[in-house]
Amino acid sequence: MLVSAALVLMMTGPGLALFYGGLVRRKNTLAIMMQSFLLMALISVLWALVGYSLCFGGSGSIIGNFEHAFLRGVGAVPNPDYAGTIPQSTFMIYQLMFAIITPALITGATAERMKFSGTVLFLTLWFLVVYAPLAHMVWGKGGLLNAALGGRFPTLDFAGGTVVHISSGVSALVCALYMGKRTGFPKQPMPPHSLVLSFIGACLLWVGWFGFNAGSALSAGALATSAFVATHFATAAAAISWSAAEWIKNGRASALGAISGAVAGLVAITPAAGFVGPMPALAIGFIAGIVCYTMVTKVKSIFGYDDALDAFGVHGAGGTIGALLTGVFAQFAINPIFGDGKPVGGLDGHWSQLGNQLVGVLIAWGFALVGTLVLLKITDLITGIRVSEADEVEGLDITQHGEEAYNLEA
Amino acid sequence: MMKLEAIIQPSRFESVKEALREIGIEGMTVTEVRGHGRQKGHTEVYRGREYTVDLLPKIKIEMVLPDPLVQRAVDTILKTAKTGKIGDGKIFLSRVDEAIRIRNDERGENAL
Repeated sequence: MLVSAALVLMMTGPGLALFYGGLVRRKNTLAIMMQSFLLMALISVLWALVGYSLCFGGSGSIIGNFEHAFLRGVGAVPNPDYAGTIPQSTFMIYQLMFAIITPALITGATAERMKFSGTVLFLTLWFLVVYAPLAHMVWGKGGLLNAALGGRFPTLDFAGGTVVHISSGVSALVCALYMGKRTGFPKQPMPPHSLVLSFIGACLLWVGWFGFNAGSALSAGALATSAFVATHFATAAAAISWSAAEWIKNGRASALGAISGAVAGLVAITPAAGFVGPMPALAIGFIAGIVCYTMVTKVKSIFGYDDALDAFGVHGAGGTIGALLTGVFAQFAINPIFGDGKPVGGLDGHWSQLGNQLVGVLIAWGFALVGTLVLLKITDLITGIRVSEADEVEGLDITQHGEEAYNLEA
Repeated sequence: MMKLEAIIQPSRFESVKEALREIGIEGMTVTEVRGHGRQKGHTEVYRGREYTVDLLPKIKIEMVLPDPLVQRAVDTILKTAKTGKIGDGKIFLSRVDEAIRIRNDERGENAL
């Protein structure tokens, strides 16, 4: 579990930082990396103070409470509601890493034009107002959507398809629409400044995601293995399907396409990982690759929004399709989450689970949409959201952080 | 004194440099540049967005030479940089008014 927690942290830093870092223009490299790193520090402190408690304390249906504020009562003794075989501290530190990466994903949509001060304020509020309730509803005791603990609309979400990906992806879309397009978009070319960095980041994400998905079994054993296996095969299938789609459409398969496909597969399998078998995992990955490819190339250009690094196209869309397909492919043979012999998903004949998945998806969408809009407005009034046009043209590294990523003349 | 500016294909640079050294020219300034004459560029695609890249990488060599060496330098570059295809580049010659060696303030052709 500790290794899994470390792997998930690595997904943010340097995984996501490099993945995003390579996709932006050189003048904005440090800024996007700094945002991920900031969250590694900031969310950690917030988690220790109130975050863990708000997500996992109490037994409310929407939000936790303050029983574990300042990590009171969180130590060596396991919390049997969540993970009976590991210290609660282990569970706490593991869950923290999820809370870190979720807001970090949003920075992909606001890239290259968001104020650092606005980022700090907005993501702090977002963590408290959007992430904590969603995490509690899906994973917290008493949560409305908690499949393991008898929630009213049990939503199967093994490692965070709704809590992490739909929430951040949809929020990303709202941010992109609210902030508007980058100056010069779409006429001015803004190609990735270093796909080498993105490649390294993507590989770190793939490896780290085993901590994200397999670790969500909360103990080593058959379920963790099953989640690991499903994760891996979905990713592979998605990388292939995105690449194939590109090859057919453009005549060439690109490195960026392959790694983007892999990430799409990782996202889509996240809710499904501990509920589906390897063959369905291949199917989920394959579908996710095609769907996300279409979202990112076709749909984005039809609607014209500037989701700079495709946080919505990959995480929002991938998370949504993954959550729905989980309802289709989940089986009690893999994970008897509703009790021994009780059917889980479509393959067990329990097609009504799709309805529950839809409820979970819609609630995640709703929270993200409304919460983000409100918080953006508040942040805009306090610190402002978007940098000035002059600052945007000069670049965020210099204007927001007083640094240059590459001092090649030195 | 003449300034010789040559824009050539990057793949020809090593041969050109060696050939110039063989005729006694060792001082030069080399920059990586981008540009084009009549050569067409290429298209790059990133996540469905197409970019036409018509600025192609070239190497620019600049040298200031005493008059007697100029013609030999030009012939050498023409011979070694040529591939026969569009995109081989160009050579420009211009007069230089003065040259000064920073180390010891020498002027004129002695400074070259």
